[in-house]
Amino acid sequence: MGEGSDLEALRHGDEGAFVELTSRLHGPMLRLAMAYVGDHHVAEDVVQEAWLTAIRSVDRFEGRSSLKTWISGIVINLARARRRKESRLVTFTSLLRGEVGRGPTVDRARFVRDGTWREPPRRWENMPEETLLGKETLARVGVAIDALPAKLREVIVLRDVSGLDNSAVSELLGISAENQRVRLHRARAAVRKALEDYLG
Amino acid sequence: MRCIEVVELMTDYLEGALSPRERDRFEEHIAGCDGCRAYLGQLRVALRVMSGLAAEPVPARIQEELVAAFRNWKSGNV
Repeated sequence: MGEGSDLEALRHGDEGAFVELTSRLHGPMLRLAMAYVGDHHVAEDVVQEAWLTAIRSVDRFEGRSSLKTWISGIVINLARARRRKESRLVTFTSLLRGEVGRGPTVDRARFVRDGTWREPPRRWENMPEETLLGKETLARVGVAIDALPAKLREVIVLRDVSGLDNSAVSELLGISAENQRVRLHRARAAVRKALEDYLG
Repeated sequence: MRCIEVVELMTDYLEGALSPRERDRFEEHIAGCDGCRAYLGQLRVALRVMSGLAAEPVPARIQEELVAAFRNWKSGNV
């Protein structure tokens, strides 16, 4: 179903469309909320609150951004507010000050002096789907994302978990396309490394 | 271009942010380098795994509460 028809269906009170939409967007929204609050239950609360906010304000939504971008913005605002409010999330919040970082994203020891691979990475394309998309693989990637500095985490969740495009993410986070690419690059390198530690 | 530099251009490449000249040099390197091609393939696998993280069902309790809220809103609106 297209974005425009989702919006129309919601406005017309189409319950089936609403259920479908909440099912489809639950994972992305939950992961996004998690990126800020770090606690599964709190993140669920945020998602629920975001839907209630969306229902109340859908008539005022002008459709300048996509419905998914709009709802992601609601999740971000609520999750940030929640993070500020909850002191018990303070240990997680300390991670939020993390900087973007600089320097190479691949261990220099992986290369010989002329800058070529000491030992090339393995090919994963032919690994069985049940390994690549199995529970354990997903869990490890989830942990790797949670461990990222906040500035990297929010970008990779919006782009690679939620599947929003770069212009939507620049708009939501108020960052330049360049800054977004730098963060995305570091974040993806960290996730790849975590996968390599697991898959070999 | 050396492998150690090519790996740092992977995201710019995937994002379509390289200049035409850089992109040609990047692709030329990749075509002749198993290691960098494997690395790019690993990044693509990482992207697939991450999109798999989004597939999480709504807990029934939450779905019920949301539908109730939706009906409420509808009855006040329609």
